[in-house]
Amino acid sequence: MAHFDENARPFSHQWLNERLAIDTLKRVLSTEYWIPKNINFLWAMGMVLAATFGLLLVSGIFLLMYYQPNTELAFDSVNYTIMTEVGYGWLWRHIHGVGASVVFLVIYIHMFTGIYYGSYKRGRELIWLSGMLLFVTFSAEAFSGYMLPWGQMSYWAGMVITNLFSGGSLHADALVEWIRGDYVPGQAFLNRFFMLHVLLLPLVIIGLIVLHFGTLRIPHVNNQEGEELDFEKEAALYKEGKIRESKVIPFNPVFLSKDVFVLGIYFIFFFYLVFYHFEFAMDPVNFDPADPLKTPPHIYPEWYFLWSYEILRPFPTDPGLVAFGIAQVIFFLLPFLDKSPNVAPAHKRGLFKYWFWALLIDMIVLTFMGKLPPEGIWSVIGLIAAIFFFVLWIALPIITKKEKKL
Amino acid sequence: MANNKKGRRDFMGMVLGGYTALGGLGALYAMKRTWDPLPSVKAAGFTTLNIDDYKENELVVEKWRGKPVFVLRQSPATIEKLKKEKPEDLKRLIKVGDAHFTICVGLCTHLGCIPAFRPETQDFLCACHGGVYDITAEVTKAPPPRGLDIPPFRIDGKKIVLGEKGPEYEKMLADGITMPV
Amino acid sequence: MKELKIFGIVAAFTLILYWGVEPFAHSQMHKHVEGDDLKYSDLKPLTVKGDAKRGESLAMACIGCHSIDVKNMPAPMDAVAAAQSFGVNPPDLSLAGKLLDEKFFAHFLLNPAEVTKSKHFAMPPSASSEQDAADIVAYFKSIAPKEVTPKEGYVFACGRCHANRYDKWTQIGDVPKTKSNIKTGVDLDALEFKKKLGTYQNKLADYMGKLPPDLSIIYRARSEHFLETFIEDPQSQLPGTAMPRVGLNHEGLEKVMAYLESTGDPSKPKREAIGPKVLGFFVIFAFLAFLWKKSIWKGHH
Repeated sequence: MAHFDENARPFSHQWLNERLAIDTLKRVLSTEYWIPKNINFLWAMGMVLAATFGLLLVSGIFLLMYYQPNTELAFDSVNYTIMTEVGYGWLWRHIHGVGASVVFLVIYIHMFTGIYYGSYKRGRELIWLSGMLLFVTFSAEAFSGYMLPWGQMSYWAGMVITNLFSGGSLHADALVEWIRGDYVPGQAFLNRFFMLHVLLLPLVIIGLIVLHFGTLRIPHVNNQEGEELDFEKEAALYKEGKIRESKVIPFNPVFLSKDVFVLGIYFIFFFYLVFYHFEFAMDPVNFDPADPLKTPPHIYPEWYFLWSYEILRPFPTDPGLVAFGIAQVIFFLLPFLDKSPNVAPAHKRGLFKYWFWALLIDMIVLTFMGKLPPEGIWSVIGLIAAIFFFVLWIALPIITKKEKKL
Repeated sequence: MANNKKGRRDFMGMVLGGYTALGGLGALYAMKRTWDPLPSVKAAGFTTLNIDDYKENELVVEKWRGKPVFVLRQSPATIEKLKKEKPEDLKRLIKVGDAHFTICVGLCTHLGCIPAFRPETQDFLCACHGGVYDITAEVTKAPPPRGLDIPPFRIDGKKIVLGEKGPEYEKMLADGITMPV
Repeated sequence: MKELKIFGIVAAFTLILYWGVEPFAHSQMHKHVEGDDLKYSDLKPLTVKGDAKRGESLAMACIGCHSIDVKNMPAPMDAVAAAQSFGVNPPDLSLAGKLLDEKFFAHFLLNPAEVTKSKHFAMPPSASSEQDAADIVAYFKSIAPKEVTPKEGYVFACGRCHANRYDKWTQIGDVPKTKSNIKTGVDLDALEFKKKLGTYQNKLADYMGKLPPDLSIIYRARSEHFLETFIEDPQSQLPGTAMPRVGLNHEGLEKVMAYLESTGDPSKPKREAIGPKVLGFFVIFAFLAFLWKKSIWKGHH
């Protein structure tokens, strides 16, 4: 039974402690949340992602004040009202557009960091899986947001991506119409994707972020060598004052101070893009209003979807859709396809080292080809890279099974 | 955490925190500006009235900045009556040539309901809380604290431009006839 | 040092990725068109000098269709009636001498359809000799006002075919301020204007093959280089387009581009004013954060 001291002053430390256990919370979540000392700046990417999500959320709130989810008004509400009339409206929009693009860059860095250091392996599978769920939800969030300015790219991306659900020769056209609420992307489509973008998906994302943090608490964060630490022993050392000998540091303030420094560097880069180099994140074609009677000469998704788009494109419709579907989920299977018990950075893992770099380079090649016109040599390279992508994933269990135990 | 470093840590942490708060203030300013009325809203804040459009003793409701504006052209008889009974109220009228106008924002100064014109009693009654205004929209019965507000106006020949401040309006403001709207 | 190495690898891959999806991909998607620096090299240089005096009397033939506002000469028809006769409203000529390239202008008077590279150009040849053409050009140069605003440049060169709704410009002029009836909410004057504009646009679409696009935000939809080379010679970027070559000189192009920028990218001055401050803030932030980190990590290694 809880004890409540009747003499405790309201909102005093003791009063709050009795009601909210703030000392325990602080200890568990911050000052005695132990992080390995042997880490590098890539371990700050989680915080960078959280900060970017915060920027997207805040800028999104202000865009939401003036955006009109109406096929007649949407384009001008974004490009005229927000960009011209609203005080600092252009700033929110540029932060939002650049943030949406950069957040994927950081997600990919975060993912490949996890792959390189084996941070998805035994004990940490749920961290990986919840992270992948976040990746998928962020993808949906990015896509639904891309519909909202209702420019040419919005419209035709909406057309093409929803058509994927027809399932090729399954001809599930009724499903496509159900998703759109219309025969083509129209008012119903815009309204429901607006709802997804500003309410349902952000709620899911916030929930998943909490889950992702939760999955970290027990297995703890990995370290640069994949070393298995006895956190209780190391924490005891640290608390004794042997901070040099201890292999761990508390989240607050030691790990946090490093995070904040990385954030500072990141923000210089981020706001440089916002003010001086935003074009890459705001495709010029989308500054033409949606025209259901005219497809732009080149259509392509934003850069972060290009690799999976290129896995779809070089194949005939049906195999293409199957390949695309597999590419979307294959990363979920990583913890189970990697058969090696070693938790170690890729450079200590024999063939896996080559597998890692081959995967990274193959995905970059796929990304390049995904944007180029599907003609001549580009199609051939795209096809080879797409096939190679699957070869890599088939090879993964084989090469990791053979891997020597460290 | 070894205690000997605590002082310095706190100092740098506080410097960084204070500096961040400064940036936060800048962000708050941008957010405040985003909430401001849009320039197009402000630019649309002008309404031009043509005095020949109004007949004596007939109330017309115009719209200015989205608010109802009462326009009532007073008859010579009313003017005569006012001169005798309530000369103070004459100051509330806008004179354009020979014509006298009552022009005011048609929102009760109490809580913003629209008072109704009663031709038979030559006054305005606000049904929400029972406030009454006379023919020049000066308050005669509480709860309204003052007469209906007169919008900024400028007289331009036979036209009255609401939303611009002319010398006649400035004088009314200076004399305390109305409050700035 | 190890961290710097890792950072170098991350940065290198990021830059390669950027190069592939932006500069490289775009260089492959769009053919590069080299501009001619508004020299109109396909046209022969003029061999005669124009005489503005002589040009004045020759130019009187122009007001059969065109207005010359600086000389208080009105057009014979309003925009809608003109479009019904010609397909498009002929421009006011006050700025012709100032914003058009001299050589282009003279050749244009001799053979409009060929020079504009627009087969069905409404204007007939309007000078019978190179001397006449040069005289007319000299006259229009002599009457042109000293200062031209970007919008005036746009109206003269583009505005009779291209609306700019972000500046409330339509092909037949600025959208007028009208007032709706307080009792019914009906704004007859606005409806009247819409009808006139619609009539004009239908005629224009018949003349051009389709309604030329609104240019409010074209500045962000196309690159600056595209716009400049396209205006210089539309056929170079869009072979077969109905848009005529307009023959702007440097001043004309500059005015048009300035106007397009003002409606298409109005936040540019504000970005440039605030950008350095925000970046400066974060540079200092990162420095302070570095000091904080250093003080906290003391004794950890």
